[in-house]
Amino acid sequence: MQQKYYIFIGVLILAVLAGIFAYPNHFNKGVDFLNHKLSWTLPHFPEKPYILGLDLQGGVSLVYQADLSTVTDKSAAMSGLRDVIERRVNMFGVSEPVVQIQGTDRLTVELPGVTDVQQAIQMIGQTPYLEFDEERAAEETKQILDVIKQVQAAEAAKQDITKVKDWQLALQNPYFKPTDLTGKYLTKATIVFDQTTYKPQIQLQFNDAGAQIFADITARNIKKPLAIFLDGASIIDTNGDGKIDNQDLYAPIVQDKITGGKAVITGDMSSQTANSIASRLNSGALPVKIGSPISQETVGPTLGSVSLQKSLLAGIYGLLAVVIFMVVFYRFPGLLASLALVIYVALTLAIFKLIPVTLTLAGIGGFILSIGMAVDANILIFARMKEEIKSGKGLSQAIDEGFKRAWPSIRDSNFNSLIVCAILFFVATSFIKGFAFTLALGIIVSLFSAIFITRIFLMVFVGKWAEKAKWIL
Amino acid sequence: MQFNFTKYSVIYYIFSGLLIIAAIVSLSMFGLKFGIEFAGGSNMEVNFQKTPSNDAIQSALKSFNLGEITVQPTGSNGAILQFKGVDEATHQQILIALNKLNPTVEKSFQYIGPSIGQELRNKTELAIALALVAITLYIAFAFRKVSKPVSSWKYGITSLIALFHDVLVPIGIFSILGKLYNIEITIPIVAALLTILGFSVHDTIVIFDRIRENILRRGMGQFEDTVNWSLTQTLGRSISTVLTVEFVLVSLYFLGGETLKYFALTLIIGITSGAYSSIFIASPLLVSWYKWSLKKEQKGR
Repeated sequence: MQQKYYIFIGVLILAVLAGIFAYPNHFNKGVDFLNHKLSWTLPHFPEKPYILGLDLQGGVSLVYQADLSTVTDKSAAMSGLRDVIERRVNMFGVSEPVVQIQGTDRLTVELPGVTDVQQAIQMIGQTPYLEFDEERAAEETKQILDVIKQVQAAEAAKQDITKVKDWQLALQNPYFKPTDLTGKYLTKATIVFDQTTYKPQIQLQFNDAGAQIFADITARNIKKPLAIFLDGASIIDTNGDGKIDNQDLYAPIVQDKITGGKAVITGDMSSQTANSIASRLNSGALPVKIGSPISQETVGPTLGSVSLQKSLLAGIYGLLAVVIFMVVFYRFPGLLASLALVIYVALTLAIFKLIPVTLTLAGIGGFILSIGMAVDANILIFARMKEEIKSGKGLSQAIDEGFKRAWPSIRDSNFNSLIVCAILFFVATSFIKGFAFTLALGIIVSLFSAIFITRIFLMVFVGKWAEKAKWIL
Repeated sequence: MQFNFTKYSVIYYIFSGLLIIAAIVSLSMFGLKFGIEFAGGSNMEVNFQKTPSNDAIQSALKSFNLGEITVQPTGSNGAILQFKGVDEATHQQILIALNKLNPTVEKSFQYIGPSIGQELRNKTELAIALALVAITLYIAFAFRKVSKPVSSWKYGITSLIALFHDVLVPIGIFSILGKLYNIEITIPIVAALLTILGFSVHDTIVIFDRIRENILRRGMGQFEDTVNWSLTQTLGRSISTVLTVEFVLVSLYFLGGETLKYFALTLIIGITSGAYSSIFIASPLLVSWYKWSLKKEQKGR
């Protein structure tokens, strides 16, 4: 019979951990205080932020419809498009953008915190531009680097940079210059594997006009690099710092003059790298047009944080009202159920962080609603318990019967709600998805808290003393 | 103590029948006012330094050819403007025009293309239809062991009738609200309606469960009496459960901000109606149906 105490302590530890994880601020402040006062070196509890949706943190969400009428492999074209847009958005400097394919030909782009929507739309809507650049002559490079130095000096001295001679040169890449070869001459890029080493290689196929240009370029650049740029930046991240900038350069060396329009890029690369190079080459070869967004949602940063605060406040008052009601109407068991409800809130919030769930206003609405619904199971059980006590059963037996007899109803009604949530999740749009997900999660966690946790509490706290004070039950 | 719930069932039927007729009449007269998520168009929420008059806003935006512009004031200095779909460049120009009228801060902007609106409507209809079918099937399945004196599919059908009642009432109210106060059916409201589908059946399930249990315990005789006894036993629970949910919803309605306000209102109406219908419609219907088939059987003999 000591087992119940172990489980009880386990539940308490779980609850405290979940609570601190959900809201670590005060705990970590306490740790800081102790470390400072007693010169301990206690570690902080790991802080992990909630992921907020656009409607709560502000930003813009765009939906595009891609024109796939010219493409044969539609899913490859879409993932190529997704990749290109994600690249651009990242270069635009947006933190944590989300670019997702929806269905077969839709693309959603979420840009948190972006205020210049017009510029973002312009940048996303552009057709991908693929170019092959050759090395500049040494004196050209030197000239451009000189101009760049002068412009930088002028900038530092706060002078008008347009006064510098040939200042436009500073905008150019000092090492590479564009050739006539662009994406429109490329038919396709495919991955092939070397017959002997099994290493991935990228095979390029140019059209007739492209084959001629490519032959000329390779003829004059033997043993020199030919750099590949997409949208004016290196096609991949070559120095492995996770972002594409002017530190990166992807420039295979031309081995020989290539006629016939077929070329192979070899080299030591992972198949993942080869994959992304090939797919980006293809998205430059057969650009998919997306035009203007078919839907747009912009939320100002203030509106988002106001909505968040308001809904949280509503949640806190709602929780308080439920707790007061439970204690007044169900007395001691109600108090225990309220405790379980608070644990429920902590657990659910911790799970939101763990998964992580992107919290939207709809999701918070679903969560707050689930606070009200979570005690339903407790109410069913307690109502049953009261009946059993009235019919003259002993306390522990009444508790057992209460749980046992209430279970079919709890199971049926919650299962029914879960079915509705599942349908909502698979059929509906993102707003309803967020709502259905948090509600379903809430239902599952609440079954745990209302049945398992409350039962452990009752087993631990309701002992012989309660036989004499049945009125509190 | 036992209440006799089924004694006045005719009165409840008439009351609910009137409610449903009123809802249908209001729906056919006023229709529903769909938000731009479903209808397509632009929605712009702004804060002015000092809200200009509706006419001033209308004339400032006249040159943009925005179709019908509705201006709905919010808060002390805010307004929600709705007009036909515009691209981002036009949107920026509209903002400039408003700024000239009175210093403006844009809080949110939404543009929904016509294809998306239509798609969303189809999806919503599919979701509602699927949910209704799934709920009926589940209840019929859950009560499969109870076939006497009332067969299990009748439990499914009566809870479905109660469900229609619970969804029709808020929809009817929203058609009136749409006519009077321009309140639109938006996605949060649809989400709320779908939740009502799931939640209001809770009550019905709990009561039917009790009926099932009591039949197994007390035998099949006196079906009406068994139903009344079951309703009496579950009454306390029904009230408590509805109250706790209403607490959070009322708090959400008053404190939760614009988006969640009507979401909460829909749920408040639907859940109240759901609590009423499980006690006063679904269970009495079960009894009436039983009596009716009993009569038919006797006539047939």
